[in-house]
Amino acid sequence: MSPFVVGASFALSVASYSTGAVACLASFRRPALARHICCIAALAGAGFGALAAVLGILRGTPLRFSVSSGIPLFSYSFSYDALAGFFNLALAILAAAVSVYSLSYLKEFEGKRNIGFFGFLFNVLLLSLTITFTAADAFLFLTAWEVMALAAYGLVTYYHEDEETRRAGLLYIIMAHIDVGCLLLGFALLSQASGSTEFASFHGAVAQMSSARQAAVFVLFFLGFGIKSGMIPFHIWLPAAHPVAPSNISALLSGIVIKTGIYGMVRIFFDSLGGVPSWAGLLVLVVGVVSAVLGVLYALMEHDLKRLLAYHSIENIGIILMGLGAALIFRVEGHPQLAGLALIAAIFHTLNHAIFKCLLFLGAGSVLHSTGTRNMEELGGLIRPMPVTAFCFLIGAVAISGLPPLNGFVSEWLTYQSLLAGFGVTGGLTRILFPMAGSMLALTGALAAACFVKAFAITFLALPRGTESRQIHESPRPMLIGMGFLTVACVALGLGATWFLRTFDALTEQLLGQSVGNNLISGNGLVLSAGIPHGGTVSTAIIALGLLILLAPAALLVWMAAQRFATKRGPAWDCGLPGLSKENEYTATAFSKPLRMIFSALYQPRREIQAVFDVSPYFPKEIHFESEIEPTFEKRLYDPLQEFIVWFSSRMRAIQAGSIHAYLLYIFVTLILLLLFGARP
Amino acid sequence: MIETIVKSGMQLVLILLIAPFLSSMIKTLKARLQTRRGPDVFQTYRDIFKLLRKGMVIPETTSWIFSAAPYVVFVTAILVGLMIPMTTTHAPLSLFGGVLAVVYLLALGRFFLALGGLDTGSSFGGMGSSREMTISAIAEPAMMLAIFTVALSANSTNLSEMAKVAVSQSWKFLAPSQMLAFSALFIVLIAETGRLPVDNQDTHLELTMIHEAMILEYSGPYLALIEWGASIKQLVLMTLLVNTFFPFGLSSDWTARGLAQGFLYYFAKLLVLGCFIALVETSNAKLRLFRVPELLMIAFILGSLALISTFLFI
Repeated sequence: MSPFVVGASFALSVASYSTGAVACLASFRRPALARHICCIAALAGAGFGALAAVLGILRGTPLRFSVSSGIPLFSYSFSYDALAGFFNLALAILAAAVSVYSLSYLKEFEGKRNIGFFGFLFNVLLLSLTITFTAADAFLFLTAWEVMALAAYGLVTYYHEDEETRRAGLLYIIMAHIDVGCLLLGFALLSQASGSTEFASFHGAVAQMSSARQAAVFVLFFLGFGIKSGMIPFHIWLPAAHPVAPSNISALLSGIVIKTGIYGMVRIFFDSLGGVPSWAGLLVLVVGVVSAVLGVLYALMEHDLKRLLAYHSIENIGIILMGLGAALIFRVEGHPQLAGLALIAAIFHTLNHAIFKCLLFLGAGSVLHSTGTRNMEELGGLIRPMPVTAFCFLIGAVAISGLPPLNGFVSEWLTYQSLLAGFGVTGGLTRILFPMAGSMLALTGALAAACFVKAFAITFLALPRGTESRQIHESPRPMLIGMGFLTVACVALGLGATWFLRTFDALTEQLLGQSVGNNLISGNGLVLSAGIPHGGTVSTAIIALGLLILLAPAALLVWMAAQRFATKRGPAWDCGLPGLSKENEYTATAFSKPLRMIFSALYQPRREIQAVFDVSPYFPKEIHFESEIEPTFEKRLYDPLQEFIVWFSSRMRAIQAGSIHAYLLYIFVTLILLLLFGARP
Repeated sequence: MIETIVKSGMQLVLILLIAPFLSSMIKTLKARLQTRRGPDVFQTYRDIFKLLRKGMVIPETTSWIFSAAPYVVFVTAILVGLMIPMTTTHAPLSLFGGVLAVVYLLALGRFFLALGGLDTGSSFGGMGSSREMTISAIAEPAMMLAIFTVALSANSTNLSEMAKVAVSQSWKFLAPSQMLAFSALFIVLIAETGRLPVDNQDTHLELTMIHEAMILEYSGPYLALIEWGASIKQLVLMTLLVNTFFPFGLSSDWTARGLAQGFLYYFAKLLVLGCFIALVETSNAKLRLFRVPELLMIAFILGSLALISTFLFI
């Protein structure tokens, strides 16, 4: 019964997305119809996908099935195991929220843009993601991967009349193809050793490889998947591409598309390869730390709301990589229990980040939809016209800052526990790395909290900063439902973490040969523990309950006071000036100024102030202020690389002289060389 | 279940009563050290009581966030207080949140208070929020390193477990790693509680305020909740310091005699640490804001050295 239901709902989900894609394309002349088809098909696909995922996770044992392709040698083979289930679950949750949200969001495009084409790409993206997470064959995996990259490119460049968008799209597609190139080489090396493109066949193949080859395979996959997930220093495309896409697409890109890189790493490093070199885990851990800290530091300097969120994706990928790196190290050192803890931390954080990042991007989309700007310096006071959006964004902000009792806290707590446990595991100097990584995680968390205080307060609180040219309104109901769904998911995964973490048993059993999830639960199923005797414990449910109970006496104290005197509303202290205005307000740039000064070695900030005055410099008529930070990676790493490529290409021009005789000679020489190779026994 | 509730209730009373006393005691001591008479040790109680009987003025520019912040600050501080062993090694709620939950719950309070500061729309609130979040962010890694040093020797982040291990080896504070970790955590305590040389609790000079700027617009019962919450937070951090590094007298059970003895020891330790804080505050001038990171960097380096020496002497 169960395998059939999993397979059938998976097939129905694929069918819904495919039908949606084709039907959208067919109905591109009727925008309203195309919009409904796009969203309803995606919602149906997400529903079936969620069913398949939940059953697949609960079932535990992998379900393999293949469909003949009609081409000899190749068949489409799928494997639905717990790992595929978790990523498909994240995909389904996001797809459902985004499709409901888009039902209203796309309305704006009607009559202006081609909704049919959008719906086609949207459904193709969801389809390719579903297949990427379930493919059991390198050929199918790479095909889905490439389709996903192309569909995402089409969606990123949807506002193609904008120069910035086109540049971002170009950067994205170049980086996407560097990553496909790395993966192609990696899979080529693996299938050469195993003689097959099936993932299952890779398992034994690695053991026969030389250590140099093993290292090459690891590096190629790490690069390929790392570029996709936006880890530093391969992140530059991410803050460029994610903000320029329509907001519902940004939500999917940051929520789930970059997570395909994480999926790939777990699938290849833990499942397909029997083992990775011992230094590999350390490399992943260090890259994770660097990505987390630099990602959040760059996010702090942004006042474009969507770019800020995009940099936070880099940060969270870093946190996930810390967990993955720790898990790789523990596995090599022979501690499957700890490896399980770290792996669960990483995958749970992947799921959590998918949910709250999607929520935050949808919130930013609502703000953009209503105000027409992404620049936080022109926003402010939106909590009054848009109370529901503000509340959802606040929950997302608390969750992403890793504050209890929401889901971000649980996965960061698990990451801390696995890092602390690492101290006793490895020998030598490397063990000091674990608590150091832990302290950097603390820095990241605190900076993220600072950044989201800024993002939320500058956007939603105090007085409006810009000139109000448009009527600011709360988003239509479908958009609120989409966000509300994700808000509930953030709270549920936070408070119900102990309930959810049990389901990881099948995953760790398959990948590490030991069930870990149940060890993390104690105290009547309410308390989350590190799985170490006398180790750390926490219970988000009890914390939430405690906060609620303690609220009562505090509220009583305030209520009693309010009985004596009425609470008055008065003006805020304005230094005796005639009332507060938007000029008095703190800006996003001002908020992050102390950090810009403290980390000036990294930012290399540059600022320019020009004052125009008549009589005295103390009474300027106008002041022109300009401030920017140095894009270090672009300037120090990518610009020289680009210059080298241009230089090298111009050198290569010498052999393309345009003379037909030279070309005939090339053909002749090539032919001779090929014959020589072919003639060798 | 019932036992946990009763113990929580007892510790709750202790927290609510001791925290204001400690705040005013440090103030009195500081005054005496500066040859002033100063307020007596019950002044904070009177302040809170007075504020709770006052009406409130809420700025017109604010939203519900402004009103929610005092509750969050107060409630998180109390909850954290219930997770920390005070007179006995077993804290009532230590099973439900260890040292990581303590740090992150305090961060939750700070998060909302910073939002409350920005909600007023005046520059002071924004300035205070910005500085508070910055300083706490750079204090965080040092704090974690110092905590990890203790957690690693106890092999747990559960505060009761940490206290038990500490009690079993109560002369361990002489170990270099413990002394280094203590110094790091002490600097963090100074920064987190807004004391000299990082911040000055007594000033309302516009450009030097940090914490005070953030809460400038609060009045009446809301201000009472914030002040009470701040004193509880201070108590929590001081307790963390005295009970993990100097676990003398922590009773191992909840008997009347154990509790009385534990309380006396605990109170004495707090007094000593309070004197030390007053001494540090009196003998230091306030640092420029951009010198503060250097101080916290010292704390970070002390924390790192603490970890490295744990690694050397294990």
